[in-house]
Amino acid sequence: MSVVFYLLAALTVAGGLAAVMLKNTVHCALALTVAFAGLALFFLDLDAQFAGFAQILVYIGAVAILVVFAILLTKGSETPKDGVYSRNWLAGLAIAAGVFAVLGWAVLQSARVLPGPGGTPTATPEVTVKEIGNALMGRYVLPLEIVALLLTAALIGAVIVAMHEKEGAK
Amino acid sequence: MMGHATPLTGFLLVAALLFSIGLAGALTRRNAILVLIGIELMLNAANLNLIAFWRYGPHPEALTGMMFAIFSIAVAAAEAAVGLGLVISIHRHAHTTDLDAMNRMRG
Amino acid sequence: MSEKADQIFVLLQHWLVSLLPAGWQQPGGVVLAVLVIICLFPALFALAVWMERKGLGRIQNRLGPNRVGPFGLLQPIADGIKSLTKEDIVPRSADAAVHFLAPVVLVVTVFMGFAVLPMGRNMVLADMDAGLLFYFAMGASTELAVFMAGWSSRNKYSLLGAMRAVAQMISYEVVLLLSSVAVVMMSGSLSLTRIVEAQNHYSWGLPHWYIFTPWGCAGFVMYAIAATAETNRSPFDLPEGESELVAGYHTEYSGFKFALFFLGEYLAMFSISGLGTTLFLGGWSAPFSWLGWVPSWIWFFAKLMLSIFVFIWMRGTLPRLRQDQLMNFAWKFVLPMCLLNLLVAGLWRFMGDGWPRWVVCSAILVLAYVGMGWGEMRRKHFGARSYRYAE
Repeated sequence: MSVVFYLLAALTVAGGLAAVMLKNTVHCALALTVAFAGLALFFLDLDAQFAGFAQILVYIGAVAILVVFAILLTKGSETPKDGVYSRNWLAGLAIAAGVFAVLGWAVLQSARVLPGPGGTPTATPEVTVKEIGNALMGRYVLPLEIVALLLTAALIGAVIVAMHEKEGAK
Repeated sequence: MMGHATPLTGFLLVAALLFSIGLAGALTRRNAILVLIGIELMLNAANLNLIAFWRYGPHPEALTGMMFAIFSIAVAAAEAAVGLGLVISIHRHAHTTDLDAMNRMRG
Repeated sequence: MSEKADQIFVLLQHWLVSLLPAGWQQPGGVVLAVLVIICLFPALFALAVWMERKGLGRIQNRLGPNRVGPFGLLQPIADGIKSLTKEDIVPRSADAAVHFLAPVVLVVTVFMGFAVLPMGRNMVLADMDAGLLFYFAMGASTELAVFMAGWSSRNKYSLLGAMRAVAQMISYEVVLLLSSVAVVMMSGSLSLTRIVEAQNHYSWGLPHWYIFTPWGCAGFVMYAIAATAETNRSPFDLPEGESELVAGYHTEYSGFKFALFFLGEYLAMFSISGLGTTLFLGGWSAPFSWLGWVPSWIWFFAKLMLSIFVFIWMRGTLPRLRQDQLMNFAWKFVLPMCLLNLLVAGLWRFMGDGWPRWVVCSAILVLAYVGMGWGEMRRKHFGARSYRYAE
């Protein structure tokens, strides 16, 4: 396994761990941004340039800022007096550990059983933005339109849900 | 890009680890926003899986995996927006984002 | 001869790289180009600071700095020495790690944006297939650095300035992207080198720059508005409004970190002007075909400095917009015009060559502009204009 892979894996997993373990909520959001950046670099390592840049643009440029704004608007940066972990934290941790055990076992088993195309990569695909555009307008035009509708609905819905209610209306 | 020395299992294990970290965060933290952060980590881990399988699969020129990942990014952004709108609205009503305090429908 | 002058930096790079052993040549070339960018643009930043202070001074009917060196030309050096030797004060309750990282993240992401700009024929650091997308990804990351700066200072004014700045940058980011999409539509590629090559044709001596088409002109105006708002320049500089918020999100920064913010702001201005010239003004192509003997990089930097001059001119002339006026303007006026511009660009493409498409496209854009402006202004009631002169 190459050095680049280990570095990126360390960065991403460290970011993820910090995002769920730190006390200060804004620090968690910033650690999440580091995890997003690590993932974008993974995508670039896997020759998926469009997905990598879209990940940076959407996740770091929009979702991270959204999370940070929500933290500020809900006064989340004050440390709660009862501690940051919920009462049933042990059960949650056990479930997560169980899920990782199952997934890890499945991955390692399949690597041993199917040593063929799973281990070695194919030749670098010639993915240009032109081909992605053609695919989006040709084979995937229906999902594209549906995602457009979904985004519009989410936009309007989020604004309505978070808007101040008028006084007296219920 | 130099030739890939990393087998597919490396990427899949990282994705599985990230997924379970996200799940642990979503299940153990009190603040509603941190639950959403955990969910975003889980979605990102799934995206990594998709791109890894696309790259190492038999037909990367069909772009299926990358399309799936791009649509997943778009949908995750929409879901984060709505989720955070809901959290803000709840905070305005209950003046807290502590999930342990939201137990009105319990029992 | 002019071909050699045009490619002189490329030839210089090849010669310097050939002095290295064979295995180190490719990384050596990249490192050399990166070093050139890191040294050149801060030098241009010093020049721009001098231009700004002298220019603003002259617009405001005063001289500007003129004591340090002839015409005040050494003033940026004096400013640099001052910034580097000032004490670096960090408030006790500030979040030290985030406070330290914010200017670093800002400057790094702004420098990354320069990697995809084609500064001359064959003079681009990273000719990526999705170059424009990379540029916007880096631009989106700057917003997070601004927020980090404002929040970590634990200062109400900083936080307020940061939130205003981020809200403004996000709104105008959409406008920036949509006005660039029209250019991408017409040139058929996200790669900046291909966009410049698509504009490098001449008919009757006049160039095919996109600004000389109706949709390109409208797109350029909207891009310029969005660029001014993205870099928090006047008239959109409420987040750092000196008379209101002390210094906005960089209130609590002093010494070198403040200099880094200043550098970051001007570098962002350079990089966004560079992108604007690439998309709309033809990048490194000459204005007339008979001027083709002048090296391409001279044209790029001339257009860049012209854009900086326009930024300075706008700062000295126009009054500041209030935050809600600014956001209203973005979402209710500029964004619909951007969408209409996309439609008009498509119409331009499918109407074929000839004078009808000029008339139809210009008519649609002008009517929409006048109509929407009239619609927005009707709801506001202005009294008679009154003048007050200094006695």
